Amino acid sequence: MVELKYDSDRKSLAAVIIGEIDHHSAEGMRDKIDEAIYVFKPHKIILDFTSVSFMDSSGIGLIMGRYRTSRYHGGEVFVKVKDERIKKILSLSGIDKLVSIIGGKNEDNK
Amino acid sequence: MKIINEFKLTLDSRSINESFARVAVAAFVSQYDPTTAEIQDIKTAVSEAVTNCIVHAYPDSIGKIYITVKMTDEGLVKIYIRDKGKGIPDIEKALEPLFTTGKEGELSGLGFTVMQSFCDKIKVRSKVCGGTTVALFKKLNLK
Repeated sequence: MVELKYDSDRKSLAAVIIGEIDHHSAEGMRDKIDEAIYVFKPHKIILDFTSVSFMDSSGIGLIMGRYRTSRYHGGEVFVKVKDERIKKILSLSGIDKLVSIIGGKNEDNK
Repeated sequence: MKIINEFKLTLDSRSINESFARVAVAAFVSQYDPTTAEIQDIKTAVSEAVTNCIVHAYPDSIGKIYITVKMTDEGLVKIYIRDKGKGIPDIEKALEPLFTTGKEGELSGLGFTVMQSFCDKIKVRSKVCGGTTVALFKKLNLK
């Protein structure tokens, strides 16, 4: 499940992902987030993974895809993570070179 | 090392079953009082292997996925995930991080990398048009 939150001028979009991310569930999440990106063209997109209870490598696909979608209009993607296991999967992918990871040890780099 | 328990499950290669497959394997292993981290490792690896069957083994059809889990007296969990799908022509290439043949959707090419990272050992056997078996081995620290 994804909850979308906008700031008042709609320049920033936070997509709070709740529950499990796998290949099955990622599809619906992707469609919902992309629709919001296409419509509002936010400058800043925060993918909030702090309420994710399970994630496999489909979560990487979800981030990579949103990075590509938002790049069309110059939006920047931030990923908020707390869970060590999810951080480990992110580091295996090297996605931290494309998007900014916030939360935990990297909080200062925000 | 003796097998003390075994569990078999056959599923359709429908993506809705990804969650069921990892939860079923986790429930079986939970009888041996693993740590939360061990269970999460197993769930993640099973999810990757089952997704591979759905996306790569049977890309255009629904086939069967055969899961066997064996528990040894020394706490080694052996999970075999088998399909009768199209097979992997070059296993070495498939195991490379970020390599993917998938053209549709958003595939990260990290499935095997995640399995290797969360298990103690993995083995892949495959035959083009003859299917693939992925074996995942995870040692539990039995209390």
